[in-house]
Amino acid sequence: MFTYYLDLALRSLKRNRMLTALMVLAIAVGIGASMTTLTVTHLLSGDPLPGRSQHIFYPQVDASPAGYSKSGPLDMLDYRSAVDLWSAHRADRQALMAGSEVKVRAPDTTLPPLMVPMLATTSDFFAMFQVPFQYGTAWTAADAASRARVAVISSDLNDRLFGGADSVGKTLRLKDSDVRIVGVMKKWRPSPLFYDVRAGRFAEGQTSSFYGKPEDVFMPFFSGLDVNDGNFWQFTCWGSVPRPGHLQDAPCVWVGLWVQLDDAAKVADYRAFIANYAQQQKQLGRFATTQTRMPGLMEWLVFNHVVPSDVKLQTWLAFAFLAICLFNMIGLLLAKFLRRSSEIGVRRALGASRGAVFAQCLVEAGMVGLVGGIGGWLLTLLGLWLVRRQPVEYADLAHLDPGMFGLTFALAVAASLLAGLLPALRASRIAPALQLKTL
Amino acid sequence: MQIQPILAALRRHRLATALIALEIALACAVLCNACFIIAQRVSAMHIVSGADEAALASVQLTGYDSAQAADVDARALAALRAVPGVESVSPINSIPFGSRRGTAGISTDAAGEHFGGVIEFYVGGPGSLEALGAKVVAGRAPQPDDFRAFTGFMPDGGSVQITRALAEHLWPGADPLGKEFWSLKSHYRVVGVLKDLVRPDPTGWTPEQRQWSVFLPAQPGPYLTGSYLLRANPGDMPRVMRDALAAVAKAVPEVVIDREASQSVSDLRHDVFKNDRVMAAMLVGVIFAMLMVTALGIVGLASFWVQQRRRQIGIRRAIGATRRDILHYFQTENFLIVGGGIALGMVLAFALNLVLMKHYELPRLPLYYLPVAALALWVLGQLAVLGPALRAAAVPPVVATRSV
Repeated sequence: MFTYYLDLALRSLKRNRMLTALMVLAIAVGIGASMTTLTVTHLLSGDPLPGRSQHIFYPQVDASPAGYSKSGPLDMLDYRSAVDLWSAHRADRQALMAGSEVKVRAPDTTLPPLMVPMLATTSDFFAMFQVPFQYGTAWTAADAASRARVAVISSDLNDRLFGGADSVGKTLRLKDSDVRIVGVMKKWRPSPLFYDVRAGRFAEGQTSSFYGKPEDVFMPFFSGLDVNDGNFWQFTCWGSVPRPGHLQDAPCVWVGLWVQLDDAAKVADYRAFIANYAQQQKQLGRFATTQTRMPGLMEWLVFNHVVPSDVKLQTWLAFAFLAICLFNMIGLLLAKFLRRSSEIGVRRALGASRGAVFAQCLVEAGMVGLVGGIGGWLLTLLGLWLVRRQPVEYADLAHLDPGMFGLTFALAVAASLLAGLLPALRASRIAPALQLKTL
Repeated sequence: MQIQPILAALRRHRLATALIALEIALACAVLCNACFIIAQRVSAMHIVSGADEAALASVQLTGYDSAQAADVDARALAALRAVPGVESVSPINSIPFGSRRGTAGISTDAAGEHFGGVIEFYVGGPGSLEALGAKVVAGRAPQPDDFRAFTGFMPDGGSVQITRALAEHLWPGADPLGKEFWSLKSHYRVVGVLKDLVRPDPTGWTPEQRQWSVFLPAQPGPYLTGSYLLRANPGDMPRVMRDALAAVAKAVPEVVIDREASQSVSDLRHDVFKNDRVMAAMLVGVIFAMLMVTALGIVGLASFWVQQRRRQIGIRRAIGATRRDILHYFQTENFLIVGGGIALGMVLAFALNLVLMKHYELPRLPLYYLPVAALALWVLGQLAVLGPALRAAAVPPVVATRSV
């Protein structure tokens, strides 16, 4: 029966090519616009560490003076609190991190010096965030303890400096120090770059910078602070900084601490631990408040409104647009079905039940949806290509993954079936006698 | 033209009529708000900077220590000033639409109780305010002894020029001259008012905050090097910039020139608003596609109605209706349906605007958008219905005598 309906639908669609083309076009354009924006939203609001993000937390305490930070702790830690919490080793894994720009020269090449972003971090970073390696490995705990001059570099920097060859063991000149490369990362593109997300709630929705690429150079935390001393960025300060860029003893927050806690008991323990720490520091007179916060990774992303407001706005608009396309299609399907009233009357008179007419009409609507889905898929590819050409940080992420590919067709067929419901119902209610009389 | 028979006919096609009207209503709501957002973005892009943008460029050097700063600064300045066509080179920490280095919170009392907001300190050496071209509308421009030593994060206070917008925010209605404010225990006294001076990063702030800037005079020192404001004849700017960057690369080969930040201020402005341009372009695309789909929908349904009513049209023609009458019939019908849609659409447009105001800090939709959108949709409807209506008018009276 279904194949018969398919055949009937095909005949009917062929009979009025103009109307069919209009419907397919409407559904294709609507699906194309909404899937393009939905794909971008999906890519930007996804989990950067699938399967692990629930174990990753971002503890915060507050060393700022009374009244400085009224809405909870500041987004980063001061040096002393960060190092205290980190060296207590209360979490399963933990990484300190501080950002700066570093001047890079490769002595083996003739390239002019570059400035690249560097992350000074501790060795758990790579295991905790499951960073893939192309060549070599992360530095060892012994390297970190001896403040060895070693570094891991990104695949981008490896391509730029060494043409993508295995550069493990080669030397980089970072600022004024020679640093040995111990590892080269594979292409790694967490979206967003979650460990650098902060201050999103003050960004007025302009958060596309959270989707940039990871740093190009990673160094052990304390060696990194030595090597690039004088170039570190503060998040904010509440007093003057005697030597800008050297923040270890400055009244500033600038260090991030991420921890991995594998079960709920450990999470509760860690919360108690930072609360105790804040209490103790207040008693010592170093803290003015005992406020703490420890959001999980996804919670932190939501807190920072990571998805740019323009992207959300575009998604809403695209769905309003899809709704317009649907209304359009309902109207056209209605016209199409009712135009065939006499034919439907004959079928009904020959014994087709209302259900059969209804089913046949829906099959026809579904077929329009399927063809429109192909058009929508092509338009989505075009839309994503346009997004990739835009000068925004997340441009290179805009690709259609298999899930969204499937969703394109599912949405197209579902939308057209929904649009077909009302016209099909109308068509199935056609009184056979009235139609036969007019013949 | 009689409207009564048209309404009677439409009553027989309630569902299809309602669908077209709903489509128009949604299109009206989206059209008004999308156009409004575009207008907002375009006006943001045309923000007044208060600086002579066309005549200005930024040169940014990094990759050297504070110990080398004096030497690097001297060589870079000498090289830049020797470039033919360069009118002046002055050290300044932040650049309109460019580098941002002086963002700090201020308070209007020494104890820090009355928070005044987060503002931008343009810390500049002698000649930099003149080079910027920012107009002093009250009080005075910096005098030679206003330029203080700059050895830390910020000079330790001084006499400053603030923008009108910031003055109005801090001391509404009062004369800002002689007023004081504090930041990180440093104390500043207002001696001049600037007409405008935009923040380096206006897009990250609310419209009100975009002009919250202060000019703070400072002596060049280790922390006021590597960031230069270059002034040249606007027509000559591309050549001057090319020569200037080549001269710096030769004079101080050991430093890194931040090429992305070393551009003319006009180019920097272009980059700052890239997100807004993308958004506006995307909205234009959506509006275009939406209007096209709506028009095609009208064409489709009108064609169907024309075909369905061929006999009735024939009968009307046979009993004396002219082609013009038939044409007008379909045009009026479309006008009525679109009109109904627009009436509902205006309500929807306001509802959508309320939602956007709540979630995206969009201002209230100005009322004049509604008649403009209504007119646009009416024109669109008439254009879309013209083809089917002409076909209807071409139906010959003889159709009335045929059975099918």
